[in-house]
Formats: sequence, structure tokens, C-alpha cells
Amino acid sequence: MKKYLLSQLVKKVLPLSLVFVFVLAFVAMVSAEKVEITYWQYFYETKKDTIDVLIDLFEKENPDIIVNQVTFPYEDYNVKVAASVPAGVGPNVVNLYYGWLPLYINADYLQALPEDAFNPEMIEKDFFPLVSAAKVDGKYYALPTAVRSLALIWNKDLFKKAGLDPEIPPQTLDELVEYAQKLTIYDKAGNLVEEGLTAELRGQLHHWVREILIRQFGGKPYSDDNRKVTYNDQSGYDALTFFTDLTEKYKVGQTGFLTDDVTAFKAGKAAMTIDGSFRIGTLDKLENLDYGIAEVPSHNGIKSNFASFWANGITSFTEGKQLEASIKFLKFLTSDSTMELWLKNIGELPAKPSVAFKEENINDPKYGPFIKGLEYAHATYFVDEMAQRQAWIDAYDLVKLEGKTVKEAVDAVAATEQKVLDKFYSDK
Amino acid sequence: MEIRFNKLSIEQKKAIWAYIFLFLPLIFYLVIRIYPAFSSFFISFTDWDIVSSEKRFIGLENYQRMINDPVFLKTLGNTFKYVIFGLPINLILSFIIAYNLNKLQRGLAFYRTLYFIPYMTSLVAVSWVWRWLYQPLPLGFFNNLLGFFGILQQPFLQSTSQALPSILAPTIWVEIGFQVIIFLAGLKAIPEFLYDAADIDGADNWQKLFKITIPLLRPTIIFLIVTGSIKYLRIFTQVYSMTRQGEGGPLNSTKPLVLYIYDNAFRSFDMGYASAMTIVLFVVILCITLVQLRVLEIK
Repeated sequence: MKKYLLSQLVKKVLPLSLVFVFVLAFVAMVSAEKVEITYWQYFYETKKDTIDVLIDLFEKENPDIIVNQVTFPYEDYNVKVAASVPAGVGPNVVNLYYGWLPLYINADYLQALPEDAFNPEMIEKDFFPLVSAAKVDGKYYALPTAVRSLALIWNKDLFKKAGLDPEIPPQTLDELVEYAQKLTIYDKAGNLVEEGLTAELRGQLHHWVREILIRQFGGKPYSDDNRKVTYNDQSGYDALTFFTDLTEKYKVGQTGFLTDDVTAFKAGKAAMTIDGSFRIGTLDKLENLDYGIAEVPSHNGIKSNFASFWANGITSFTEGKQLEASIKFLKFLTSDSTMELWLKNIGELPAKPSVAFKEENINDPKYGPFIKGLEYAHATYFVDEMAQRQAWIDAYDLVKLEGKTVKEAVDAVAATEQKVLDKFYSDK
Repeated sequence: MEIRFNKLSIEQKKAIWAYIFLFLPLIFYLVIRIYPAFSSFFISFTDWDIVSSEKRFIGLENYQRMINDPVFLKTLGNTFKYVIFGLPINLILSFIIAYNLNKLQRGLAFYRTLYFIPYMTSLVAVSWVWRWLYQPLPLGFFNNLLGFFGILQQPFLQSTSQALPSILAPTIWVEIGFQVIIFLAGLKAIPEFLYDAADIDGADNWQKLFKITIPLLRPTIIFLIVTGSIKYLRIFTQVYSMTRQGEGGPLNSTKPLVLYIYDNAFRSFDMGYASAMTIVLFVVILCITLVQLRVLEIK
């Protein structure tokens, strides 16, 4: 019995296992030549799908590289990335909101992009100047595929209803107020039924105040090195006065009306709103909504805009072959063809003027006004986005709910925001 | 080993089996709860920002910062407001409901279920439904109701004075479900003959209530006060869900300490400061609970 078993073992099992070992060795050899890298971004369906398409293209061009995409829900994304850092695990290439970059660069989570592959001078020549938000001490740490800016979006049907030409949007702040007043509808009991202009600072409008209104009233939100709050002067007071007048004096909108600005606009209950280019996809899904897009109104002859972006960086523990592969992938993600595809699929604007300002893009009735806005756009150098955003929300509430003067409110939140900046820069 | 195990008494064997079964939860508890608790105590003396590799020791700086932080003091005050206003109202309403339900001859199970349903519902869902009820016109149910009676529209969640009570209302509504059930159990446990004896002695309903029912409910009341205070001190979900973007506004008027801790830890990544505040909250809860047990236990 034992002999039989032994012979069976030699005859059948041994050759089989030998074959198995060879196969394993072969697989190991082949895959040893392949480099695997991981890419992280937050989950947004079209973004995830587009990256999948791009990875297929990239892997065809580079058969020796495998890219794994991992996504997380947007709400958890920043915390996931942050928690992965002390745990020592994480991606090789990571997609980060530009406002989070100072934190991660400060913590040595990202490595400076190697200058032979990404020359800072070339970056400054090729990309919009606002990508300098990813530059620290002369070195770039991340690059975007696409950028976003703000524009005025208006509902053509509501314009017609109010007797306004649906094809001519307001060009200046004065016109904006004038149009908004005509478009606002209250019922007999005095309740707001339709907003002329949305007025929720929690959406995109705090950017409108910070980077657009303050500059249009002759000021600047921050010092050149971003370390000092500088809006606590007449320009800041004027900007806040203008904004609070919208809801308190002209009463053309309300905070929290129909939950938020985009909901009100989608429901056809807001005639005008100021929002980002990423909204086009959402609005285009609504068949009954006839809307137009124009540049953000100017004032005193000054045009300004706010731009933001998600940038891709390489983590500092990526080295050797993985680093080479990551650099190739990052180059691919910031190439002209990727930007074109990104605009088409997602509606975010190309990060290079050479691509963005192509005839067909700048003349596009929907993307065109956003792209024009990029020429004079500013990207706020956030060090603690949540705390800094809260500043303008609180300034408005201090005036409206606490009866503070505009000056008191702006001075108070400027002092609070200055503390946030001081804390960040004192650690450096 | 086998032989030795057999030599043990039945009691000892039972104990060993108990420990074997307790081992896994115990390990889990140590790793998931006890270790992080001690670890946050340590982190509270650092300025760790979650992403840095080094945790720099800064002594008591985080604790000093708290004293001068108006938002911390405001949120601590709000937390006490939730307890001081929420808990008594909650207890009184729950007792009144349970006391009357207890008198019902029929349909008790039905009413009990009815009151318990909010407690079973996800708190996030409850909060969002109430948030919609509070909306301004034309959507908000409460404002429509007020309008129907010719009363002026109220700002509710958008006002610094009305927002906190507006958040307390659904919290109380949910908690009533739990407290009614516990009160009912306590009431059922009071022997009927005591009331019969009181009837013979000619006691009226108020006397029965204050001389029999409430004194005998003492353990129930103590239990509800202690667990209720802890729940109100840790209030978070309602505020996070009902205020815009979870900011505990307007102007921090509804922000409880736990939400401020969350903001610092997971939005600003200021782990050291957040940990220090967690320690303070822990001490506060501990002190309040100890004081309550002391005061309520001893006559």
C-alpha cells in the first residue's frame, strides 16, 4: 500500500508540481519586468471612467507598466490620503485639490517633480500661471490636467418671462444688480418665489467675493507671499457691502433658498448664478433648462476670476522603477491629448493655454466664457481651506444676524483668518 | 495538559471557558478602544498634523490654547446648553407619556411601538427630514404651517438664537422613544398592592405619584439621567446633518464640542489640539457622571 502511494506520488504529483513551479517561475519572470504603480483619486463617475480609458491607452504605449486606479468617496478622500501617510501605505501618483497641497508638501508626502522631466521654466511657459499654487521654493510638486473657473450662468426662459433679452446677460456689476432686481419675484405674502441672483456664500460665491469682488473694488485679498490677509481695507468693506446689499437691500436672493444655489438654479427658481465649469455636465442633463453662460461681470473696468484645480503629484516613497513609471504616467496625464479628452468627457478646462485657447474651445458657447476667464484668474493659496472659506460666510452672518457693521465684520474675520495663516507659516 | 484540566474544579473550568470566550472581544477592545484612548492622551501633548512623521512634544501648549480660543469656549457652552435644556425636557415628557401609557388597558404595544419608531430610525435620516421641515418658504412645512395661522415666517436653523432649540427638538423627539420604554418597564415593576394600600389610606393621585411612583422609579431615573447626559454631551450627528455643510452654524451657535473636535481633527488635521479637547471632554463627562451618581444615590 505504501509503495503504491509512493510510486503514484512520483509518477503523478511530482511532474505536476514541477510544471506548476515552472509556470510560477515564468509568471514571476514576466511580471518582474512589469512595473506596477497605483493611482488615487476621489470617485466622480466620469473622472473614474476617463482615467480607466487613459490607463488603457497608457498601458498600450508602455507595455511594461501596469497602473491600478483606486477611488474613494469624495467626502472621505482627504482623510483617506492623510491617514495613509503615517501608515506608510498609499499610491505612487495621487490626485489632490490644490488647496491641500501646502499641507502635504509641508509633510514631505510629495516629492518635488524631477527637473529633467518637468522643467519649472517649461511649466511656467506651457501652463496657466495659476499652477504656481503647486510651487514651493522654486520647485513644482504637482501638475494639473485641467483647471476650473467661474462664470455667470443664466436661465433664458426666466429672462424672457421678465421681459429681458434672453441672449444678452449683464456685463457689469451694476447691470447685474439691475437685472437681478427685475428677475426677482415675491408672492403677495412677501415670500421669495424666484431669485434674481443666487446668494449662498457656501457654494462658489465666497470665491467670488474673495478673488473677484475685492479686486474689482480696488484691493487684493492677500499679500504677494500669501502670508498676510490684506482685505481688511476699504475694498473688503465695499465687497461685503455689495454682497450683503444683494440680500438685504435689493433682496434679489436668499442664503439657503431651496437648500443651495445649484438646486435653485436647476429647479428654475433662480434666474442667475455664479458657478464653476464643472456644473455644465449637471446642467446639460436637464432637458427643460435653457441656459446661457457668460464671463463674470466686471466692475470699474476690472475683470477678475477665481480658478482652482486638482493636481497630480508623486509620493515621496516612490523610487526606482516605480518612480520612472510614475513620471511617465504623470507626463501622460498632463499631455495635450489627455487635456482634450478631459474637456470633452468631464468639462474641466485644459491647464495649458495652447490647448485651452484653440479656436473650437474658446468659441464654444459653454466652455468659451470659462476659458476666457482663465486669462485673468487667480487661485487662492489656501492653507486650511475649510477655515478660510468660513471667514466670508461668518462675515456675512455677522452683519445679517448679529447686526455688526461691515467694517467690524470684515476686521473680525480677517483677524481670525490671519491666525490660521500665522499658525501654518510658524510651523515651517 | 489534559490531565491537569480534568483536575480542576467545575467552577475553575467554567472560568477558563469564560476567559477563552472573552479573549477575542477583550483583545478587540484593547486594540480598538483602550490603546487609541491612551494614544490620544499622548498626542494631546504634541502638535501632530496627521501627515508629519514626527510628533513634536509641545507640553501643555494645546491646553493653554483652549483657554484663549473663543470657539472652544463657545462650543463647550453649547454642549452644556444641549444637556441643560435637552435632558430635563426629555425626562419630563417621557415620564408624562409613560405614566399615561401605563394606565392604558388596551393597545399599549401599539403606542409603545409608535413612540419607539423614531429611536430606531437612522439619526441622519431623522435630521435631514427635520432640516427640510425647517426650511424657509415655499418649501418648509413648519413655515407653511405658521403662514396658515397668519404667523410671520421664522428663520429657525438660520438664526443664531433659534438654531440650537431647533436642533434640540428632533433630538428630544428621538430620545423620548428610548426613555418611554425604560420608564414603562420601571412603572410595570412597581407592585400593584402599594397603590391598593394607598387607596385604602385615602391617598389622592398626586400623593400616589409623589410618594410611591417617583420614589420607586429612582433607579430608572438615575439610569436615564446618567445615560442621557452622556448622550447629550456627545451630540454630533444632528448638528452635523442639520447645519449647512456640517459647520455647526450660523456663527458656531449650534456647534457642540464634539463637532469642533471633529473639525480640528479631520478637516484642519490639527490632531494634537483635537486630542487635547477630547481629553477635556472625557474629564467633563467623567466628573458629571460621578457627581450625578453621588448626588442621586445618597439621600
